[in-house]
Amino acid sequence: MDLTYTEEEEAFREGLRAWLADVLPKLPAKPSPDDWPGRRAYDTAWQRTLHDAGYGEVHWDASPTRRLIFLEETEKAGAPYVGANFVGLLHAGPTIASEGTPEQRERWLPPVLRGDEVWCQGFSEPDAGSDLASLRTRAWRDGDDYVVSGSKIWTSHAEVADWCELLVRTTPVSDEVPKHRGITWLAMPMDAAGITVRPLRTLAGSAEFAEVFLDDVRVPVGNRVGAENDGWRVTMVTLSFERGTAFVGEVVACRRLLGELAREARANGRWDDAVLRRGLGRLSAEFAALWRLTQWNVSEAQRTGGVPGTGGSVFKLRYSHARQELYDMAAEVLGPGALDADRPWTLERLSSLSYTIAAGTSQIQRNIVAERILGLPKGR
Amino acid sequence: MDFQLSEDQRALRRGLRDVLEGRFGRDALRAAVDEPRIDRKLWRALGDAGFFALCLPEDAGGVGLSLPEAVLAFEEAGRVLLPGPAVATFLAAGEVAGAAEGTTVVTAVGGPFVPWLEEADAVRGDAAGAVAVRSVDPLTPLHRVQDDGEAQDPRAVLLLAAEQLGSAARTCEAAVQYAQDREQFGGPVGRFQAVQHLCADMLVRAELARVAVYAAAVTEDPLEAAGAKLLADDAAARNARDCLQVHGGMGFTWESDVHLHLKRAWVRARLGGTAARAEEELAAAL
Ligand SMILES: Cc1cc2nc3c(=O)[nH]c(=O)nc-3n(C[C@H](O)[C@H](O)[C@H](O)COP(=O)(O)OP(=O)(O)OC[C@H]3O[C@@H](n4cnc5c(N)ncnc54)[C@H](O)[C@@H]3O)c2cc1C
Repeated sequence: MDLTYTEEEEAFREGLRAWLADVLPKLPAKPSPDDWPGRRAYDTAWQRTLHDAGYGEVHWDASPTRRLIFLEETEKAGAPYVGANFVGLLHAGPTIASEGTPEQRERWLPPVLRGDEVWCQGFSEPDAGSDLASLRTRAWRDGDDYVVSGSKIWTSHAEVADWCELLVRTTPVSDEVPKHRGITWLAMPMDAAGITVRPLRTLAGSAEFAEVFLDDVRVPVGNRVGAENDGWRVTMVTLSFERGTAFVGEVVACRRLLGELAREARANGRWDDAVLRRGLGRLSAEFAALWRLTQWNVSEAQRTGGVPGTGGSVFKLRYSHARQELYDMAAEVLGPGALDADRPWTLERLSSLSYTIAAGTSQIQRNIVAERILGLPKGR
Repeated sequence: MDFQLSEDQRALRRGLRDVLEGRFGRDALRAAVDEPRIDRKLWRALGDAGFFALCLPEDAGGVGLSLPEAVLAFEEAGRVLLPGPAVATFLAAGEVAGAAEGTTVVTAVGGPFVPWLEEADAVRGDAAGAVAVRSVDPLTPLHRVQDDGEAQDPRAVLLLAAEQLGSAARTCEAAVQYAQDREQFGGPVGRFQAVQHLCADMLVRAELARVAVYAAAVTEDPLEAAGAKLLADDAAARNARDCLQVHGGMGFTWESDVHLHLKRAWVRARLGGTAARAEEELAAAL
């Protein structure tokens, strides 16, 4: 059990810190949450800056430890978050990298790394959420195209995306074909004819995701990644990435927030409340442990050389609940200020309500832990 | 960074598990419940296996390992509910003659209690005026003393946390096993999601406590040890309760081992200093 970093890793960290200290002060002001084109421009410009400095590919680095250091240091320095590049860098990109042809990798990966193209994820449907494999958006072959009809929902960044990683049904479910078998993974250009994007307002007030209606949209067969009807397996590659190192920066952010909460509470007198102090103390232990769990999972991935395993479910379960408790604690610190929607923690408290739902609900994570890690019989 | 067990650490854990399960299996545990006393032969066997001398330097007759190996050892002790003041004896190795060899049983004052006062050969701390109480844990005789309010030795805190971790992992396994074996409504109760989710939460608690305890052993940071103890106390007590729930009426019996884990978890939570104190220390550092 070793928590020290190699000389090479420390050198990487030092170089990154120095570079961040140089570039961050020169960044433009952050756009408002409602300014989608502005947000896209800001996020992609940051990815371009990373790329030009040689950090563009860090999410796909063969070394999980370097990814960890990168996410830790950028978050500590207050650098921008992946934002609109999330799907390109952490879902679609890794999927194409591992399942795509050389031509597909050449076509789609460099623009993601340069911050030229933005991706969104069209998986969930009105009738296919946790039960993703029951999705019904249909695709028929017509010459060199697939013709796609159906609808997707909760598609984050759909308004500003250039591409959508789309799951479609190419073979209907039947006695011979179970629901997981007839699914295909397509890269759909978001400017194709027949696509309608309707933004959905979240409970936090802004439009973070959208409904996407597909009406005879033509997608070239060459945009299929993996074989026809093999999309479920292709997708699982992506989902394991999502639950792996995707939350490193957030744990660092939570630990920083704890410090800010303590400062605010000492300043506004709430610190005199022993219940509040003790609650903050316990959360501090919790997030310290979540950071150690991240290091544990990264070390495991480093050893196996593979994608993150089911340990991600253990992490996501605890992390998502702990983060919600953290914002509840922030509300305790703010006191009456917690009802002021202009206070930053108030907005984040609202956003945090999605953490136990998005990327697999807590119930689904528990099913995964029970069945795949503990080996309990398939649930009912 | 390689925050995983090394090959040697895995081997050490396997070896200790064999010794403990071999010498202190279920029959021995139940015999100890019927007649709580320190099994001197077992204690010496542990001494021979290097258990108490793990962290003593080799030139002092020890094994020359460090705190990470010690937490692995105490995790195993926690799994089998080893009776006796093992933490105090371990910490006395090299200071009290015979502790390292397991020939002298050493206990220590821990907050308002001294465990095993009558059976121990030596006691560290001020046990003057100690009054026997009827201990809730049949495997830990207790005396009450005046709490001097002193902070606990961070190593003691960490090793108690390691025992809690072992217990939490063990009750999780026991619940999963029972859920697979026990049948109702025509199949194992482990196929019911309500039962599955209890088990999943148990694993999450145990795994979070595990990384906290292991990391605190590597960093030897007292504050990290205090945090690890908080999480491990919680994991041990709540996992034991959920394990009890999964066992149904069987879990409420004296005959089942579940209550032994719960009661010991309560005792260990008190011995290492209170949760309030640890939380205040962690908050003060924010
Ligand atoms: C902020 C946010 C962003 C998102 N972004 C995207 C995106 O970009 N692209 C995309 O494709 N999707 C996205 N999603 C969708 C997300 O993946 C789904 O919301 C999620 O998978 C749950 O599906 P659902 O909403 O249909 O809930 P349902 O599946 O209908 O679940 C309803 C309730 O039933 C429970 N439940 C369901 N099945 C089971 C079961 N087997 N066992 C126990 N309980 C069960 C759930 O836990 C939940 O409590 C996003 C969601 C959010 C909140």
